[in-house]
Amino acid sequence: MALQIFTSNRVSDGIVVFQAKDGSWTESLDKSYVIRDEDALAKATLRAEAADVAAVVIDPYPIDVTEDKGVIRPVRYRERIRAYGPTIHPDFAKMPALGHFLSGD
Amino acid sequence: MYRYDQFDQRVVDERVEQFRDQVERRMRGEITEAEFKPLRLMNGLYLQLHAYMLRIGIPYGMLSSKQLRKLAHISRKYDRGYGHFTTRQCLQLNWPKLEETPDLLAELAEVEMHAIQTSGNSIRNVTADQYGGVTADEIEDSRIYAEIIRQWSTLHPEFSFLPRKFKIAVTASTIDRTAVKFHDIGIILAKNEDGETGFEILVGGGMGRTPMIGQTIRKFLPKQHLLSYMEAIFRIYNLMGRRDNIYKARIKILVYELGIDELQKLVEDEWNEIKDGPLGLPAAEIARIEEYFKPPAYEVIEPDAQTLAVHKFESPDFAHWSKVNVVAHKQPGYAIVNLSLKPTGRPTGDVTADQMDAIADLADQYSLGELRTTHDQNLVFADVKEGDLFELWRDLDGLDLATPNLKLIGDVICCPGLDYCALANARSIPVSQRITRRFADLKRQFDIGELRLKISGCINACGHHHAGNIGILGVDRKGEEYYQITLGGSGDENAAIGDVVGPAFSSEDVVDAVEAIVETYIEKRKPGEIFLETYRRIGQEPFKTRLYPEKTDAAA
Repeated sequence: MALQIFTSNRVSDGIVVFQAKDGSWTESLDKSYVIRDEDALAKATLRAEAADVAAVVIDPYPIDVTEDKGVIRPVRYRERIRAYGPTIHPDFAKMPALGHFLSGD
Repeated sequence: MYRYDQFDQRVVDERVEQFRDQVERRMRGEITEAEFKPLRLMNGLYLQLHAYMLRIGIPYGMLSSKQLRKLAHISRKYDRGYGHFTTRQCLQLNWPKLEETPDLLAELAEVEMHAIQTSGNSIRNVTADQYGGVTADEIEDSRIYAEIIRQWSTLHPEFSFLPRKFKIAVTASTIDRTAVKFHDIGIILAKNEDGETGFEILVGGGMGRTPMIGQTIRKFLPKQHLLSYMEAIFRIYNLMGRRDNIYKARIKILVYELGIDELQKLVEDEWNEIKDGPLGLPAAEIARIEEYFKPPAYEVIEPDAQTLAVHKFESPDFAHWSKVNVVAHKQPGYAIVNLSLKPTGRPTGDVTADQMDAIADLADQYSLGELRTTHDQNLVFADVKEGDLFELWRDLDGLDLATPNLKLIGDVICCPGLDYCALANARSIPVSQRITRRFADLKRQFDIGELRLKISGCINACGHHHAGNIGILGVDRKGEEYYQITLGGSGDENAAIGDVVGPAFSSEDVVDAVEAIVETYIEKRKPGEIFLETYRRIGQEPFKTRLYPEKTDAAA
């Protein structure tokens, strides 16, 4: 299967979060738990559903990612914008992301 | 401008406390997101890509300096120090926290503002002509009737769960600045053969995936029947509008499926039952609302064309701004000033908190403490003395709010797109930034003349691309951003839906395509012709030939 991570928006402030290895939710993409097989996916799904019910996050869902030398990168463009921030606001950058942010004028 | 009475204030205050309770229950996990979503949407709170988004209603675009200062404060305290003016005269905050939203709304209520009915399947913020009350080309001040409709539609118990959202615009001018024909209901002040003032009522306009131009359902409606006729239209729509398919739920589809004649018959039958009931609008009530919008005590000002001419001679930049962004006022000695929220390369409609404070100060100093928002995502100072124009221009220029590009290619309408929006398929702001940089030379913009360019990041058309002389629609093609171009749309009194010119362009090529369209127009135009006139005269072929030379060659 393709590598996946779980993502969502936090109930309290709406901020994009990712499921960490211990089942908690982190704003850091690089701390997200990479799902590599069906068993791990089933376990992560149960944890995500529990967090949804507990009103920690809103409608969590898995996304495809790539992993290169430990760097996790969402496959879909939409998810990269969620992970790194609006491309027009380098000032809001959540993490370095080469080529993601447009230069200002 | 209108001021809340005790009823307005109570309704808004009570709603804040009701929402506070709903938010607390959501935070405690007592209600699910599925249960909470319709509640938050009724209070203008969306969930977007990065965060919640709050859309704050600005009825018919009227703002006091006090309200704008509060918006500046709120955007600093609860958000990231800026706001975004929308194509429906509202203001959006992109980063509010759910847990803080009740406090935010309580602060808004202190200045008679709220976010009720800025989302959901309700009657949305009523829009009107930003020059209402100050332009010589209107029959009456459209804001009076927009306010009456606002009062009638706010928390209307029968129409809080419509099949779909519902947008109303009011204009009183022969020149349409509201895109009135693209609204679910468009209201145009009109006179009948006896010289009485009333309304022409249009129905079924809209953008989205099925763009439609509104059709006249009543040529002349006497003033006293405004609300009963609205009620009749809404009753028929509420009963017959489709609830089985979100894409077919707007009233435009009902108009299309029934035909305007059949819909008119149903509405008139309903109206005849209720028109002499309690919804009648007595002249005294109209006069009461009119009082809130009565003209200020204008000073009698001796014309001083010479001083203005000297300033224009000494400062060509001021001269350009005066020509492009300043509009004639009905009162001699006064002017209407447009503040461009489209400086080259900046996100359309975005204003920082510091700019908001400065604009509020300037409104106090130069324009009687009020301003208006426009559906073009600009701001208006409606009552500026001509003698103050030069000083105002210098102040605005220092704030980057004096770009002389009103109605020019730099005056782009643009939705937030995929940089913020959960519905978008492609980014729109970066495209608008690249286009405005490509056409940054103002002399070139002046030479091109009036050209309305509008960009949407998806088919929902918040960026009004259907009504753009050049319209750009972002689409997703196998994970890549592509942009479809339409030509010949117009959002004014001669409303038209743009025609797709051909296959979509890649993000890399779309700015070159826009430039090729502009160059084709420059080559083909007759003296004095604006882009839309040239397009309507020569049609699409010359533009297609230029944009898709390989296809044209192959066909030949």
